[in-house]
Amino acid sequence: MSDLIHKPASELADLLARREVSSVEVTQAHLDHIEAVDGDVHAFLHVSDAALATAAQVDAARGDGARLGPLAGVPVAIKDVLCTLDMPSTAASKILEGWIPPYDATVVRKLREAHLVPLGKTNMDEFAMGSSTEHSAYGPTRNPWDLERIPGGSGGGSAAAVSAYEAPLALGSDTGGSIRQPAAVTGSVGMKPTYGGVSRYGAIALASSLDQVGPVARSVLDAGLLHDVIGGHDPRDSTSLPDVWPSFADAARAGLTGDALRGVRVGVVKELNGEGFQAGVRQRFSETLELLAEAGAEIVEVSAPHFEYAVSAYYLILPAEASSNLAKFDSVRFGLRVAPEGGGTVEQVMAATREVGFGDEVKRRIILGTYALSAGYYDAYYGSAQKVRTLIQRDFDAAFAQADVLVSPAAPTTAFKFGEKLDDPLAMYLNDITTIPANLAGVPGIGIPMGLAPEDGLPTGLQIMAPLRQDARLYTVGAAIEQLLEARWGGPLLRQAPDLVAGEMFAAREGAV
Amino acid sequence: MSEITPDVVRHLAGLARIGLTEHEIEKLTGELGAIVDSVAKVSEVATPDVPATSHPVPLQNVFRPDVVGDPLTLEQVLSGAPEHDGSRFKVSAILGEEQ
Amino acid sequence: MARAELMDFDQALELFEPVLGFEVHVELNTKTKMFSDAPNIFGAEPNTALVPLDLGLPGSLPVVNEQAVRYSISLGLALGCSIAESSRFARKNYFYPDLGKNYQISQYDEPIAYEGSVEVELEDGRLFTIPIERAHMEEDAGKLTHVGGATGRIQGAEFSLVDYNRAGVPLVEIVTKPIFGAEKDAPELAKAYVGTIRDIVRGLGISDARMERGNLRCDANVSLRPRGQEKLGTRTETKNVNSLRSVERAVRYEIQRQAAILAAGGTITQETRHWHEDTGTTSAGRPKSDADDYRYFPEPDLLPVVPSPALIQELRDALPEAPATMRRRLKADWGFTDAEFRDIVNSNLLIEVTETVREGAAPFQARKWWTGEIARIANAREVEPGTLVSPHDVSELIALVENGDLTDRLARQVLEGVIDGEGSPHEVVEARGLRVVSDDSALLAAIDEALAAQPDVLAKIQDGKVQAAGAIIGAVMKAMKGTADAARVRELVLERAQQ
Repeated sequence: MSDLIHKPASELADLLARREVSSVEVTQAHLDHIEAVDGDVHAFLHVSDAALATAAQVDAARGDGARLGPLAGVPVAIKDVLCTLDMPSTAASKILEGWIPPYDATVVRKLREAHLVPLGKTNMDEFAMGSSTEHSAYGPTRNPWDLERIPGGSGGGSAAAVSAYEAPLALGSDTGGSIRQPAAVTGSVGMKPTYGGVSRYGAIALASSLDQVGPVARSVLDAGLLHDVIGGHDPRDSTSLPDVWPSFADAARAGLTGDALRGVRVGVVKELNGEGFQAGVRQRFSETLELLAEAGAEIVEVSAPHFEYAVSAYYLILPAEASSNLAKFDSVRFGLRVAPEGGGTVEQVMAATREVGFGDEVKRRIILGTYALSAGYYDAYYGSAQKVRTLIQRDFDAAFAQADVLVSPAAPTTAFKFGEKLDDPLAMYLNDITTIPANLAGVPGIGIPMGLAPEDGLPTGLQIMAPLRQDARLYTVGAAIEQLLEARWGGPLLRQAPDLVAGEMFAAREGAV
Repeated sequence: MSEITPDVVRHLAGLARIGLTEHEIEKLTGELGAIVDSVAKVSEVATPDVPATSHPVPLQNVFRPDVVGDPLTLEQVLSGAPEHDGSRFKVSAILGEEQ
Repeated sequence: MARAELMDFDQALELFEPVLGFEVHVELNTKTKMFSDAPNIFGAEPNTALVPLDLGLPGSLPVVNEQAVRYSISLGLALGCSIAESSRFARKNYFYPDLGKNYQISQYDEPIAYEGSVEVELEDGRLFTIPIERAHMEEDAGKLTHVGGATGRIQGAEFSLVDYNRAGVPLVEIVTKPIFGAEKDAPELAKAYVGTIRDIVRGLGISDARMERGNLRCDANVSLRPRGQEKLGTRTETKNVNSLRSVERAVRYEIQRQAAILAAGGTITQETRHWHEDTGTTSAGRPKSDADDYRYFPEPDLLPVVPSPALIQELRDALPEAPATMRRRLKADWGFTDAEFRDIVNSNLLIEVTETVREGAAPFQARKWWTGEIARIANAREVEPGTLVSPHDVSELIALVENGDLTDRLARQVLEGVIDGEGSPHEVVEARGLRVVSDDSALLAAIDEALAAQPDVLAKIQDGKVQAAGAIIGAVMKAMKGTADAARVRELVLERAQQ
């Protein structure tokens, strides 16, 4: 039964529904694997001690004939940015070390109501600020493809957890690419829904007008199944859309019928495929476009002239909103308190707490955001950035008039080595160039594996974007492309990843020689 | 070039209630200067005729009925408090005055 | 500044023109808070009326209370304001321990109501129009208790305790434009303005508007400019003014203080000042400075409020009469003279009298009791008359007098019982046994005794000098300890004298 960890969630769900395996068995298999490999990968900040008990309850409910959701009994990892009643929720920051919220995020509540089994909390860049998970206060997560490399960020933990088979599914959050970019560099699937498609209630806010929670998985269908669980209107989030959504799992299945790409107008964004993109990434991207054309898609080039301003607008809007959102961490009601030597006033205690409790990147962005909002600079910086947002939305509108979906590489490069960009914040920020426009405009985007870059053998990712509210289109097109690519690869890309447990076995065998 | 000086950083850190060492102030002055110079390009296209967008998906009049929900218990309220007196949060002396 | 150093008020007015401005905060009496479904209640145990948002817990989000929006629109309309086609919320960022999120959700450049005016009546009946700049929605902060140090004030305290129950209570802040031309009436106008706002919000039923509880709070801005000068002087903003009387006193004090400084060649610092009820003075607070950089930006967690014309019309149709209109109508309905009516208004008892009349009492009686006995007791106890007794009880008391169950004198005793919490007037009458004695035999016994004791008086009455009966009536009333109806006693005395 140890192969349970390699099965997609959709298959586990079928086995569970047919009662060929129990949730306890599935959960135990994943916990065992976490035990075996997470010392190296460090995808988890906390492993739930309630997982087996929850699994047993699901099994019992199924035994009693209860009506259960499609993913009942399937384990799921939860990004530590989400509030959970029974597990610490730290957003990978020292300032929240050990904090257990008195409430569940809406998406977590929905997971529980759908009888999924929370496995634990995954690592991330502190407060989701970063593209490498190196900014976690609790140490970085390692890329399962190469433990010397970053797993992307901020949701490196969730991406690594699914790509290292520690969990079949995970939740992520995407403010500027934190779901899609880690998917690209770990060979997994990640979806950023339409802004407002998934509740933000209980997601520790980074930038309120950009944040979206979304599914992380190893296949497009699995992502759709999880999206169906967490999506939908939430009256606790004013920005939650009141729309009735179609089934995204059904949309993905529709993509697997063989002819879903015929006649689909695929727009290639000229500005997201230029200089600064790694050769192997560009090569896999053009091969994928050829594959799409062969499958009957119509490839059109579109231009989005204002995308070149997206990173700048993003690095004004995000820090501005974050500087305000992170003001609540003040040592009064929850979290860390650090008193200066000899006591001090509450102002001094707050300043000392925030000095010690926040990492360098968080401080950098809070101060940048404070500057962007301060009197006299608002119009030039924050105000202008919001105008750029309008221009980017207009670019999307124009592009979607020509194309049903837009495509680009999901990240300009494959996974880089630890420390490579840590001392150059600007270089790190530019890594998000492909993913940021979708957040600024609120449109949905999905990242799926696009093959290994020939020069380094590391995963590349394809990003597909759709107009607002057309998330289902991404699942259909995404599943269809995934099927074409996997046919070429002879199976999921992740099968080509080094086997972490096997590595240990080889080590043992060598030792025996 | 950018108007970020160590004094500006010091002032911003004060507004943001973050203690910084002189070394950090110096480092941040350089980093922020470079970032600000780079992101300032937004003003190139942000002409007066372009409206600002603060929400990616336009909605309006999102309201909640005036109906009481379940409040937290006092135990829950105080569960994360660094210091409390059994019913209220405790903080050290306040330098300023009533706001 | 000690009171002795202040400039004489009349002299100050000769040299300077006062310019006023007010920011009045009204706490709305919705069931839940502005942005959360926590209960909006006064006096609960600390930190028991909270949901995650009120504590600023990570991940919590605000959702706008629809009732608070309706109330705010109604108030805007009652202030004669235009209602914004679209208004939105902003974050006002500053760190303070009573603020769970370390930002206040308020309205900044797009308030829900703007450009209105309020008609205010001075004690002598003159009307004054106060220009309103805006009314906007925001949330209240929690409450700090300063422990240690001598006074319970913030200075010298060792630590502070925070109760967040009030955090998130809906507020409407009403901001006036600069008010010119008040001249020597400035202090009185200040009081009348705040009183009018109080009457408006009570009339709308959207706030308890009790200043002593902080339901209604006034920040008074005062500046002076030398006669003949165009440019406005530097203003101060006096906070912590929590009664109508204090509003008047604080404005008077600031005029006298600023005049003394300016006349001595000094300059006024733009600052917040705190009113001290005990000393009747203000003290300097925080100077306004560059540090007041609130970094306002549109609240990304909330969406614009775009009231439909139909909603605005519905709320406009439901508006009660404006206080000025209502006064004109009531004065006519009740048949009072100008002086009689102004007496009620100036005593801030219009609402109480109106309610008492609505409960069935005659206007004349209602006025008599509220401006007479009840006001006297309130004055002695240094409280507002309306907090002592309800219009319902006063109406019941008046009915007892009208029915002849109580004399005025007995009714005063009953009123004291009601005020002291002994129950309704009927209950006090029963418990204290104060009903007028209507048993003639008891009265006749007392009359016979009095006549026997004063045979000379009896003779005078029998001679036709009826006014002499007063001495007998007085003696009987004294003997009956006031429980007799004097008119009945008089009848019986005259009857007895003829027998």
